[in-house]
Formats: sequence, structure tokens, C-alpha cells
Amino acid sequence: MLDISAWFNDLLADNLIFTPTTLGYYWEGLVTTTQLVFLSLVAGLILAVPLAIMRSSKHKWISLPVYLYTYVFRGTPLLIQLYIIYYGVVFIDGIQETFLWPVLKEAFYPALIAFTLNTAAYTTEIFRGAIKATSKGEIEAARAYGMSQNLMMRRIILPSAFRRALPAYGNEVIFMLHASAIASVVTLMDLTGAARFVYARFYAPFDAFLFVAAIYLCLTFAILYFFRFLEKKLLAHLRPQNS
Amino acid sequence: MLDLQGYGPRLIEGAGVTVQLAVLSLILAIILGLLTASAKMSRNWLLRRTATVYTTVIRGVPDLVLMMLLFFGGQIGVNAISDLLYYNYEIDIYINFNAFTAGVITIGFIFGAYMGETFRGAFMAVDNGQIEAGKAYGMSNALVFRRIRFPQMMRHALPGLSNNWMVLLKTTALVSVIGLTDMVRVAAEASRATHEPFVFLIPVAVAYLLIASVSEWIFARLQKRYDIGFGGQ
Repeated sequence: MLDISAWFNDLLADNLIFTPTTLGYYWEGLVTTTQLVFLSLVAGLILAVPLAIMRSSKHKWISLPVYLYTYVFRGTPLLIQLYIIYYGVVFIDGIQETFLWPVLKEAFYPALIAFTLNTAAYTTEIFRGAIKATSKGEIEAARAYGMSQNLMMRRIILPSAFRRALPAYGNEVIFMLHASAIASVVTLMDLTGAARFVYARFYAPFDAFLFVAAIYLCLTFAILYFFRFLEKKLLAHLRPQNS
Repeated sequence: MLDLQGYGPRLIEGAGVTVQLAVLSLILAIILGLLTASAKMSRNWLLRRTATVYTTVIRGVPDLVLMMLLFFGGQIGVNAISDLLYYNYEIDIYINFNAFTAGVITIGFIFGAYMGETFRGAFMAVDNGQIEAGKAYGMSNALVFRRIRFPQMMRHALPGLSNNWMVLLKTTALVSVIGLTDMVRVAAEASRATHEPFVFLIPVAVAYLLIASVSEWIFARLQKRYDIGFGGQ
């Protein structure tokens, strides 16, 4: 233990910018970014599955509202959505008296809501594409076995649609990580927020932002390899058979 | 009716800034994309490697971080170069590195990487026999590019190009963070000043949807133009 801290102090010796204090800011930023991205992705995924099923419905009155939702959230910048929720939440009548207020007052939750709604819209469209691409033969086979609509959705369509959506969803996860940088605009101390703080403190743009860019790059690669691993496992049946 | 409390003209000016920024960055992105695609398909090892590093790094780092790096670091970098020129060669130039320049360069560079992938796929979709036929007619490389490769490549590239443009348009909103008064910044300032966020932010959101719809229409017409001779789709 002593060895490591001695090594660490050696590494940081004579470094005016990257002191243990500023590295602490970056660490806190990493934690905030990870929480924000992870929670919004999970919530977005949970929302997206029923929405995608509704979006693929034959009935216009079910699919149209979902289409409008995805159209608006995919057609406008995330920054605008964040501003609307961050500045707008105060103006919901009576919200300040409810139990939700202490939660919504902080920047973290408006940002989380904005990110969740945004990623849910993109994920819905990804899943819809995957559901639509289910081969006719599989559906006919399920019908021939006498499966009900629900059972077919659960056993046949969704499992294969999830697999087909995997590559596109991996891109969406990376996109979300990058989009989360705008959380720093509403005073959140995420990774980018930490970099802005260090920049402002030392007036060292290259050190502050190149360092954070390297962290993002590592995170991106980690996500990329995780999804490659998942694809290898889950899409094994689609690989060409050799050796 | 919508009461913009005197912010109307500034919002329209801001919309103008957004459109200018988007179009200029698109032009830069297309040029960089063509260069990247050519580099990726080149026989030169170093060119291929450089293009791969460029696209990988750009696509691995958030746009906002790149923008801040360029905006906050750009002036320092430019000053260092002009100092060097002055002390060594007595060339006296001053370059002002403002938010607009930083915005165009960053967005252009980011989408240049995406365009590179789009164009590479599109170039590879052009039948090699066509290029050989052009050469057999005695066309120079430049003429083959202009008359055969480019028009046919565009047919395949347009759907990807249109996608990239839609994402680019939304990315321009980020310049408001580094101090450029585009429509997002005007709307955010107005909402803070008047405490009426919805009045300003929702029209701006609608403006984005409007610009997107207009460009969708333009791209549909372009696609029709480049699909001539292929029976349309």
C-alpha cells in the first residue's frame, strides 16, 4: 500500500495541474458521468420495450402517439430538451409542495429525466426496426403452433429482435456517453464539468481537456469491446461456420 | 398569440447563425470526408493509418469536449504560431480565433470523420468496370472522378449524407455553450431573464424540426436527381 502511494506521489511530483486534488475532481466526475449514463440507459431501455411494441402496432391510434414522441425527441437537440426540463420543472403547478421537489431541485434529476426520455426515443426506433425485421417464417411457425399474440411476442419476436438490435444499441450507448457531456452545462460536475473546472482554475486548456478526452476514449473502447463480446456470444449462430 | 417579449428579432438572428454554422460545417465536413475516404482507400500505408486514427479518435471523444478544447486552446495555439512566425521570419499576422470559427472547425472535423465512412462505402459501391471503361475512353483521373465516380457515388452516399446532416444540425446547439449567440443561447438567456422557459425553448425546438423537414425535402429532390437512369426507388 505504501509502495503505491509513494509511486503515485513520485508520478505527480512537480506537476502543478494534476495534483491529487484535481485528480479527485476527475474521479468524482467519472462517478457522476457513469451514474448518469448507466441509470438513463437502464430507464430508457425499460421504457423503450413497450413503446417499441406499441410503435409496431397495426392500429394507428396506438402507433401514432409513440411516433410523434420519437419524432420530436430525435428531431430536436438534447440540449434544448435538457433546458426545457431543467428550467421548466419549477413551473409545474404545485410541484414545490410535493415530496418530489427536493429530488427535482438538484440538477442531477432533471438531467437524468432528459437523458432517459432522449435515449428511450432512439432505442424505441432501434427496437422497432428489429421487430419489423423478424422473418415471416418464424411468425407463421409460431402461429401454426397455436401461440397467442402475447406468447409469440414473448417467445419468438422479442428475443430475436433484441439480438438483432444489439449492434445498433451499442452505438446508442456510446452516443449517450458522449451526449452526457452536456450535463456540465447545467452545473453538474460530470467528467466534462471537472475538466472545465480544472481549465478555469489553471488556465490550461490542453492539459484539462486532453486528459478528459483520453478518459472518454478509454470508456468508449470499453463499451465497444463489451458489445463486441456480447455480439460474439449472442449472435454466435449467425457466424459463418468454419474450422 | 405568442409573446416573445421583444426577443423575436434576436431569436431570428440566432436562427440565422445556426443555419450559417451548420452549412459551413457541412461544407468542411464534406471536404474532409472526401479526403478521409480517399486516404482510407489509398495504397499508401501511412495515409490509411492516419485516416483510421483520425476517425477513431474523433468518434471516441464527446463533441462538447473537442469544441471546448479547440475554443479555449485554439487562441493559445494560434498565438504560439503567430509568435513563432514573427520572431523567426518577421511576419506579423494576428488571427482572432472566435467562437464561430471554433464551432465550424470542430463540427466540420467531427462530421468529416463520419462522412469519411459514408463516402468510402459509396465509392466502393461504384462498379469498377465503369471506371475502367472511362479510362479506356482516354479520360484522365480527374475527369473520371468528375464524370463517373462522383455522380454515381453520390447516389449511394446521399442517404448517409442526409443522416449525418440531421445529426450535425442538432450538434450546432452545442456552440451556445462556448458563447456563440445561436438560437439556443438566445432562448436560454430569454428564459432565465423572463422566467418563462416554455415560451422561448419550445419555438426553438419547433424551428429545429422545421429546418429538418425542409432539408428532408431538399434531400429527397437531390436523391431523385442522382437516381436518374436507375428507375428511381
